[in-house]
Amino acid sequence: MPTLIDNTKPKSEANSEHGRAAVSAAARAKGKGAPTGDGLYKPREPIYPKLVHGTWRRVKWALLIATLSIYYVTPWIRWRRPEGFPQQAALVDFADGRFYFFDIQLWPQDVHIITGLMIAGALALFLVTALFGRLWCGYTCPQTVWTDLFIVVERLFEGDRNARMRLDAAPLSFDKLWRKAGKHLTWLGIAFGTGGAWIFYFHDAPTLIRTFWIGQAPATAYVSCALLTVTTYVFAGWMREQVCTYMCPWPRIQGAMLDQHSLQVTYLRDRGEPRGAHKKGQDWAGRGDCIDCHQCVVVCPMGIDIRDGSQLECINCGLCVDACDEIMSKMARPTGLIAYDTDAAVAARACGDKAVYKPVRSRTIYYTLALTAVGGLTLAALISRPKADLHVIRDRNPIFVRMHDGAVRDGYTLKITNRTFFDRRFEIAFDGVTGARLSQPGEAGAVSVTVPADQVASVRVFVTAPPDAGLAPSTPARFIARAGDVQADAKTVFLSGAANPQ
Amino acid sequence: MASERKTDDVTGVETTGHEWDGIRELDNPLPRWWLWTWYACIAFAVGYWVLMPAWPGVHGYTKGLLHQSDRAAVGHELKALDVQRGAGAAQLRTASLEQIEKDPKLQAYAQQVGQSVFGDNCATCHGIGGTGGKGYPNLRDDVWLWGGKLEDIQYTITHGVRTGAPGARMSQMPAFGRDELLKPEQIDDLTEYVVHLSNRPADAGAIARAKPIFDTQCVACHGLEGKGDQALGAPNLTDSEWLYGSDRAAIRGQIFAGNGGVMPTWGGRLSPETIKAISVYVHANAGGQ
Ligand code: SF4
Ligand code: SF4
Repeated sequence: MPTLIDNTKPKSEANSEHGRAAVSAAARAKGKGAPTGDGLYKPREPIYPKLVHGTWRRVKWALLIATLSIYYVTPWIRWRRPEGFPQQAALVDFADGRFYFFDIQLWPQDVHIITGLMIAGALALFLVTALFGRLWCGYTCPQTVWTDLFIVVERLFEGDRNARMRLDAAPLSFDKLWRKAGKHLTWLGIAFGTGGAWIFYFHDAPTLIRTFWIGQAPATAYVSCALLTVTTYVFAGWMREQVCTYMCPWPRIQGAMLDQHSLQVTYLRDRGEPRGAHKKGQDWAGRGDCIDCHQCVVVCPMGIDIRDGSQLECINCGLCVDACDEIMSKMARPTGLIAYDTDAAVAARACGDKAVYKPVRSRTIYYTLALTAVGGLTLAALISRPKADLHVIRDRNPIFVRMHDGAVRDGYTLKITNRTFFDRRFEIAFDGVTGARLSQPGEAGAVSVTVPADQVASVRVFVTAPPDAGLAPSTPARFIARAGDVQADAKTVFLSGAANPQ
Repeated sequence: MASERKTDDVTGVETTGHEWDGIRELDNPLPRWWLWTWYACIAFAVGYWVLMPAWPGVHGYTKGLLHQSDRAAVGHELKALDVQRGAGAAQLRTASLEQIEKDPKLQAYAQQVGQSVFGDNCATCHGIGGTGGKGYPNLRDDVWLWGGKLEDIQYTITHGVRTGAPGARMSQMPAFGRDELLKPEQIDDLTEYVVHLSNRPADAGAIARAKPIFDTQCVACHGLEGKGDQALGAPNLTDSEWLYGSDRAAIRGQIFAGNGGVMPTWGGRLSPETIKAISVYVHANAGGQ
């Protein structure tokens, strides 16, 4: 046994029986595994991650607080908009088909901007993965963040690793009952808070929080809240690493973005092996730095042994780094036996070469270029968004009408979108046919239409070309809708059939 | 592909025996929750068979305990739709035609109702777009036989043309040739005269010969200048719109046979509010008078 015994590892269980990694390690050792007693299905093997302190844990605390704060606080930020518009900074208004985010207001037709944003997000994720491995998973993925939060609660009620394992093994008692009940109730409370916070993004938060309790909120609010509550409770409380391993497609996909130069949590086997227990005062020559203390295993929320090499399950959370650093410091050895490092570096050092970190590689260059392009385009699209849109739907049946005096009349339906927060009166002009007159059904003269703030109005317009206009069968033309400084135009054609009917 | 089950050295897990390009498939057990989800799906499917129509048989299909029927559901939906439309229909019934056309919301509603009913009833003759055809008036231009005001259109639709029903629009162009009211050469001359009325080059001699005939036979309906009369349903002969064609043969044929189409009396077949809706639709799309 190692001299530096960790009191977290019960002697009786030395070497195994707890934690999946330990089990599979044991299985491997025994050559077990096989179809065997497991039968068709496999129950989840509980993982009891031990609390660890260190740099990465501190980063994770900070990010935990930051991300959760953003999630819970955002819907409550107020934002000044003109009378009659939502005063909520971030709001997805499905009923009216609008999306508000501070000074940005998106319409359903701006879906390309949202698409661009999502593609840029994906590309950013590709880039981060190519550079730093599964960093998203370990620090900012909601699954990880809420699981982390749930483990804090678990620790609060049931204690750290050893206490939890003892409690689980113990027969049912009052003590066990209240601890378990307390944990689950708190979990449910948090889960409910999560679902509750979610729905505030879709409705005026102060109103919804009132109507929600008196049973007058929309049914979707209750259903969404219930769904989020259940999934949060089940995913973060019960399934945890199983979500990452079995349900999430991302670990499968990221394999395509990683290469031997990606920074990942890595056990430096070139330095650690051969591993083995170390007695105080013993010489370090001729052996590796790893004292086989299993600290990296017991802190791992995914239940794996990072010393087996990089694995699909590893979420790059760095907790094993902190755990091992602590051991190394106690052993008065340099830290970083487990560290963010690259496979290439490990291999190079193993051959006695100098390891170089290569962040600039063809794939990172491609990802950066693609990200810049998509991000730039999206930003350009967002900035250059017009304040008004004009869409022209030309009558197709009939495509034109000849009047009694030989004039030709085409019918159009114009849809004018007023994206501003104020009602505007648009004057309609037609450009392309000399002498053409505009009229609306039942009214002669100039055509203008008032479009209410933030609405689309549709107007039918007849364009009549005089008999002597000398038109081609199809003449390119343009509609212009102008309201003060706001202007929109749209191309169309004026059709007149044959040059002369008679 | 080999089919021999082996134990994988690295993981200690038995393989399924499947092998592709040296890659062996591990026979890892399924997670329990996954399996339970699967069982739940099976249970759901069984429940679904029992509750919903599912199995085909010799005499129809099993009805299911819930007696769900898409047909009945559609029936209910149609009823609900009628109820929902009731409000709009009531508005159309009480509002005057002018009010309908002035109120953008009501007009949009009337246009939509009008368009679909027009497609069902009127498009057979007037065409889906309302452009008509030979013998069927074009409803999209500015030429109206019986007037293009909202009330005129409503009246024509309600009472019809030449149906024989009381109040129906009635005009009769004599068949000058078939009934031998005029001689063939007189009809030829009259054709030239009509061509000349619409400002097209025509034979001067024929025009001179036809003038007295036109003045006695035709002015009663078409007027001295041939401008027609909407009160009588007499077409304007000086414009460029011709119901039965603009060339000489067509004009001669019309003087010879005096055709006149029939438009059904829609009053009684369509509800007054529906006729209002069609009127508004036709009026608006023609940029009506
Ligand atoms: S890698 Fe570090 S933490 Fe893990 S067993 Fe070795 S010494 Fe312990
Ligand atoms: S192996 Fe280390 S980095 Fe990977 S999940 Fe476990 S603790 Fe986190």
